[in-house]
Amino acid sequence: MFDNLSEKLDSVFKKLRGHGRLTEQHVKETMREIRLVLLEADVNFRVVKDFVKRVGERAIGQDVLKSLTPGQQVIKIVREELASLMGEGEDNSLNVAARPPVPIMLCGLQGAGKTTTCGKLAMKLRRDKRTPLLVPADIYRPAAIEQLKTLGRQLDIEVYDSQADQDPVDICTKAKAYAELNGFDTIILDTAGRLHIDTELMQELQRIASSVAPQEILFVADAMTGQDAVNVAASFDEQLPLTGVVLTKLDGDARGGAALSIRAVTGKPIKLIGMGEKLDALEQFHPDRMAQRILGMGDVLSLIEKAQHAVEADEAADMEERLRKDGFTLETFLEQMQMIKKMGSMESLLKMIPGAGKALKQAGGMQLPEEELKKVEAIIRSMTQKERSDHRILNGSRRLRIANGSGTRVQDVNQLLKRFTEAQKMMKKMQKMGPKGLKGMLGRGGQLPF
Amino acid sequence: MKAGLAKTQNSLVGRVDSLLRGRTVIDDEVIEDLEEILITADLGMQTTMQLISALEKRRGRGQLDTPDQLRNALKEELEAMLQLDSKSFDVDGKGAPYVIIVVGVNGVGKTTTIGKLANQLTRQGKKVVLGAGDTFRAAAAEQLSIWGERTGVDVIRHQEGADPGAVAFDAAKAAVARQADVLILDTAGRLHTKVNLMEELKKLRRILEREIPGAPHQTLLVLDATTGQNALNQAKLFNEAVDIDGIALTKLDGTAKGGIVVAIAAELKLPVRFVGVGEQIDDLRPFDASMFVEALFEK
Ligand SMILES: Nc1nc2c(ncn2[C@@H]2O[C@H](COP(=O)(O)OP(=O)(O)OP(=O)(O)O)[C@@H](O)[C@H]2O)c(=O)[nH]1
Ligand SMILES: Nc1nc2c(ncn2[C@@H]2O[C@H](COP(=O)(O)OP(=O)(O)OP(=O)(O)O)[C@@H](O)[C@H]2O)c(=O)[nH]1
Ligand SMILES: [Mg+2]
Ligand SMILES: [Mg+2]
Repeated sequence: MFDNLSEKLDSVFKKLRGHGRLTEQHVKETMREIRLVLLEADVNFRVVKDFVKRVGERAIGQDVLKSLTPGQQVIKIVREELASLMGEGEDNSLNVAARPPVPIMLCGLQGAGKTTTCGKLAMKLRRDKRTPLLVPADIYRPAAIEQLKTLGRQLDIEVYDSQADQDPVDICTKAKAYAELNGFDTIILDTAGRLHIDTELMQELQRIASSVAPQEILFVADAMTGQDAVNVAASFDEQLPLTGVVLTKLDGDARGGAALSIRAVTGKPIKLIGMGEKLDALEQFHPDRMAQRILGMGDVLSLIEKAQHAVEADEAADMEERLRKDGFTLETFLEQMQMIKKMGSMESLLKMIPGAGKALKQAGGMQLPEEELKKVEAIIRSMTQKERSDHRILNGSRRLRIANGSGTRVQDVNQLLKRFTEAQKMMKKMQKMGPKGLKGMLGRGGQLPF
Repeated sequence: MKAGLAKTQNSLVGRVDSLLRGRTVIDDEVIEDLEEILITADLGMQTTMQLISALEKRRGRGQLDTPDQLRNALKEELEAMLQLDSKSFDVDGKGAPYVIIVVGVNGVGKTTTIGKLANQLTRQGKKVVLGAGDTFRAAAAEQLSIWGERTGVDVIRHQEGADPGAVAFDAAKAAVARQADVLILDTAGRLHTKVNLMEELKKLRRILEREIPGAPHQTLLVLDATTGQNALNQAKLFNEAVDIDGIALTKLDGTAKGGIVVAIAAELKLPVRFVGVGEQIDDLRPFDASMFVEALFEK
């Protein structure tokens, strides 16, 4: 259901490519597809409705009709509109320029990722040469204070010594005074998760906000949130002077339509995104990348960054060199799989590439768990150099020998070869994509050919 | 009285009625409004379309001309999707102890649900042991231990950063030695897309299986009702990795409807067993399809 998001969009592209000029009928049809894509990405129904209407109007306009490639023009408009709606070109940096100690308060629904984000923020601020104090103000959830204290220990950043029998407003005001006395320039307030309809607890947040006057009040939201994101965000925004949004758990495969919904109802900038459970997994928010992700166009830029992170630069450069020299062989296939293992799930990464969803489906999935990888390794290691560089010579008797040598079955060898040829096809397909091909694009940074 | 009335107006009956007010026939506009209700409840496009086309079919046969018929048809279709025959959740059955492993993505409510479940089971006179299989998240074991104290239940835990497999092993041993009726193993939240973490779950399952014949008797997937379409992916991949037996749908006390479980039921035939309706110890209810469907249409 999700994989075909990018495929659907591909078919929209195709439909549009087929026609020279845009008529009202074309636009209508396209907008219907765009609507579907957005709804499947969890963008709120109403938000989609407004969006499609506005983009449709712009698309029927003169400039598009005159264009020689109206199809691409419409896609461009959609992407641009999405990105600009999400704040492209606007300043979304954290605002900590004030008289210290500068309070930053985090709030949101239960389990959104507030406490973890507090830890991540503290780490980021320290990197920016600030001295943050972490303040646990969640007295409700079992072990919430201990959770933040643990994170503080891991980071070696001080955590204010709150107790679960204290009043959260009290904790925050005292912590601020403590920070002032002890030379901390930023205090990060971790509040308890709460429902926007819980009047009592929302009032508690208002009291904290009015007693410590936070410079930033960040609404922390889970990227997997569905249609209800608009209700929750609008309600938090009504009850508190929010200054920004943090979107967490974007390291998964959620399309993240909630980003658009939240932005549409609050107008507040998305400032940061959570890309993992580890404390260094906090990143800048890029509206255009998010637009592509929502549209299922693949977040190639993030992919490159991830690849850069996980694979040593010279390792990748070496790989690229060999690929150029020898082509895509079983040997390089194995090495790539080993590299990709380092990057986490291959499938989720590949899905970020436009068109890869389809190719993956055809290849029957590319997930390679640990044991599977070991098997593949054993099989390839049992081949001669010649066999590794040209799999076509692998006849029945060679396959049997390899199976025996690697302690596997002939079926395993066959399956691996099938996988390999699919991957080879996929590589070719990907190389054809884009102006210079994906390989060229990724190769620029000396990175993986995937 | 007035409050009661207002409530019915917001219910399925109320909302469908207000859609139909002043109409004698069910026209396209009504169907469109219905589409909005279903989509905003997170049922997803596919399931919504499926439902609408089922309704259209009835309309074509002339069986859907009045508000009453529409209302009933909708309820029928939805409840049929949600009512699944499935492996029972019967801790009295075979397996001593009866082993439950609780899985799901980050922050959905696994640990809290375990606390609530332990409470229910001890109230039924069962001896329960909890295993703190989340050794990764900061203070996860402390959190479970507090639930253990609240319910008077033993918690088997290791140091933070320890091997969760070792926790599963010790918990299984302890549950047998202490002649527990039920063992519930908590696991760290993990995104379904992380291959190595899903492999780790499989390993936990294998360890339980090895230590206690027939275990785990129940693999419970916790889903957050606020989650949108991604919950379907979660259900698919967790099911592929560890064979899910049932779902606990949490945070239904908020304004989200959790409609994605309809899609999950339709596509994967996974039944919802429990719903979480708050953070307190008693806020766990058995799933009731009819009530759930009613609530889908509440404003
Ligand atoms: N994969 C992933 N997990 C995250 C991210 N941010 C937080 N988490 C995880 O989400 C779960 C909930 O995070 P918490 O920080 O405890 O959330 P919270 O909002 O403080 O929760 P409450 O205080 O209970 O409301 C934990 O398992 C975190 O490790 C992220 O960006 N990616
Ligand atoms: N409103 C509401 N909150 C809930 C419900 N169930 C759990 N929570 C809250 O959601 C937050 C996360 O719950 P946990 O039980 O820690 O979730 P988890 O899945 O164990 O989280 P990780 O172990 O970090 O992946 C906590 O603040 C809980 O109090 C529910 O049914 N309703
Ligand atoms: Mg917290
Ligand atoms: Mg937990």
